[in-house]
Amino acid sequence: MTNLYTLLLGGALGLYTLGMATGFIYLFQPRPQKTLWCKRFIQAGALVHLAAFIERCILVQTLAVTNLHESLSFFALLLALAFLLVGRKTSIPTLGTFISPLLIIFTMWALIISHKITPQPPILKSFWLPLHVLLSFAGNAFLVLGCITSVMYLIQEHLIKKKKIKGIFRKLPALQKLDELSYLCLRCGFPLLTLGIISGSVWASFAWGSHWSWDPKETWSLITWLLFAALLHGRMNSGWRGRKASFLTIIGFAAIMFTFLGVNLMLSGLHSYAH
Amino acid sequence: MHIVILGLNHQTAPVATRERLAFTAEELPEVLTRLKNGAGLDEVMILSTCNRVELYGICSDLDSCRYRLIEFLADYHQIGADDFADNLYFYSDSEAIRHGFRVASSLDSMVVGEPQILGQLKDAFAIASDKSATGLILNRFLHRAFFIAKEVRTQTKIANCAVSVSFAAVELAKKIFGDLNDMKVMLIGAGEMCELAARHFINQGIAQVLVTNRTLSRAQQLADEFSGIALPFEIFHSHLDQVDIILSSTGAPDYLIHPQDLIKALKKRRNRPIFLIDIAVPRDINPKINELDNIYLYDVDDLQDVVTENLGQRHQEAKRAEELVLREVKKFEQWLASLAVTPTIKQLREEVLKISRQELQKTLAGFNDLNDKEKHRLEAMVNAIANKFLHHPINYLKSNTNDSETRPATTIREIFKLDKNDS
Repeated sequence: MTNLYTLLLGGALGLYTLGMATGFIYLFQPRPQKTLWCKRFIQAGALVHLAAFIERCILVQTLAVTNLHESLSFFALLLALAFLLVGRKTSIPTLGTFISPLLIIFTMWALIISHKITPQPPILKSFWLPLHVLLSFAGNAFLVLGCITSVMYLIQEHLIKKKKIKGIFRKLPALQKLDELSYLCLRCGFPLLTLGIISGSVWASFAWGSHWSWDPKETWSLITWLLFAALLHGRMNSGWRGRKASFLTIIGFAAIMFTFLGVNLMLSGLHSYAH
Repeated sequence: MHIVILGLNHQTAPVATRERLAFTAEELPEVLTRLKNGAGLDEVMILSTCNRVELYGICSDLDSCRYRLIEFLADYHQIGADDFADNLYFYSDSEAIRHGFRVASSLDSMVVGEPQILGQLKDAFAIASDKSATGLILNRFLHRAFFIAKEVRTQTKIANCAVSVSFAAVELAKKIFGDLNDMKVMLIGAGEMCELAARHFINQGIAQVLVTNRTLSRAQQLADEFSGIALPFEIFHSHLDQVDIILSSTGAPDYLIHPQDLIKALKKRRNRPIFLIDIAVPRDINPKINELDNIYLYDVDDLQDVVTENLGQRHQEAKRAEELVLREVKKFEQWLASLAVTPTIKQLREEVLKISRQELQKTLAGFNDLNDKEKHRLEAMVNAIANKFLHHPINYLKSNTNDSETRPATTIREIFKLDKNDS
């Protein structure tokens, strides 16, 4: 059974890689293309990835986010799904090109490290765990997607300012569109992240008897949350947009990555994954 | 039978010559009739635009055809043939086919890839076919040409990028704002350049135009034309925050817009971007403003660079288009060859025999009690009728092949609809 799971996950990685290859060909080839292969490959990859995830959930009898391997894989899956969801609303052909490297990194990382099923301590067995993780991860997935859009914004903005009107300038979408999409991701991601933190706190009061214990993960979540709260406030009330908002989104991305991975790998605490 | 094109264009003739030989759309129908009868052509069409005058024809004798076409142009326009003979080109057969396809695909245009020529060619063809001046060959030739033009546009990037300064500005605006529907444009100065660019923006569906000029009446005039609003020149600075796109082309010796003007405007419009286009020389807008966030400034040189870059790309794409055209020329030549007499005879015979055999089968199916001998006799009768019926048309075709005159083949093909399957 584990073999099937690894096979599916590997298949997803292969499809994401094809997505990245076709995405970069699309970006740099001057010919217009009718079919967006990049998006199709990511779509197929996400489907296979979802199958792998379901398989794993059946295997571990709960939402498969109990260790680093599962978390990385699940996060990549959510990122792909968030991309496809956003892609239904606004069509940005090159977004897939920029998102695919992240999908590949996370999935590959998940594949490289140990797949061993970690037995859960009974204290963590609760329906709050899947809820808390799902909300936080989904929130982060949207925020990371917003960050990718911000990177694209900065590239396109640089090209327009420096008057380099050729090559990928033609393939990248309008600045306004990128800025709007980044804002949309923020508005989707931030409430989810907030709910994720709240649900975690509620669960903590059941499990450990305290809402908040200043464990490193909690502290860093708060820092991330405050950063995005500031950004959202700035966008809503102070007319932050464009470059400024993009830079902040990218700083936010760094905070997310540190909260998600750095804390677990470098600092120890209640949230650390059992290796 | 040959397909020929005689004409001149912007490369071979100065405008003074082109305008003397041009035809107006109104006079074309009559000209076509005169040309067809007078010059002894089987089919004719005239394409007359500001960049070219071309006569398309189908004829049987190249030399006399060329002579008669030149004579016709000279007679009609009352010019000595020597005055323009050097400016003319004359293409026949595969060269003519290639030229026609290149014209339609805008590979022969002054600005390669600009699509107007296709529309002009379609109009020219509509007039000619209305007058029944065109026939089987030119009809097919032009339909092929239209098809190829479409192929070139979709399969190459030849028309993808702007090659005029004003259109380059529109293209850039789209890359900044995406959709231009709700945008407001301010024109500073009411010059021709500004007007042209504004027209491009209006075609993109922008919401409103504000016009300001040192002479208010001129601003008002232009504003009326665009159903916009005229602003007195003294107060236009206070309206900078309300517009998304600013086009400036005044004759002012100094800068009219400075960074601090835009910092103020940006604050009021909560940093929504402003795109400024400075087509004035000397410039109207302090170039320092391009350093501000959410402000994009392009001057006339920047836009010209964009245009040059785009033109280079067009010429790259044109090479691909030429290959596509060459392939199509071959195909068309093959079709033309199939128009020659022998295949027509063969095809006609096959067609008639096919019909008679089909009808025979139908009839035989209704009889149950016929013996083989009776069946054979019926078959022989049907074949005899078919052959007797074919006798005269085939003789008619054969008797006219000596002078390479293929008109009879064309007629027969049309009468019997022999081309029904491959149009």
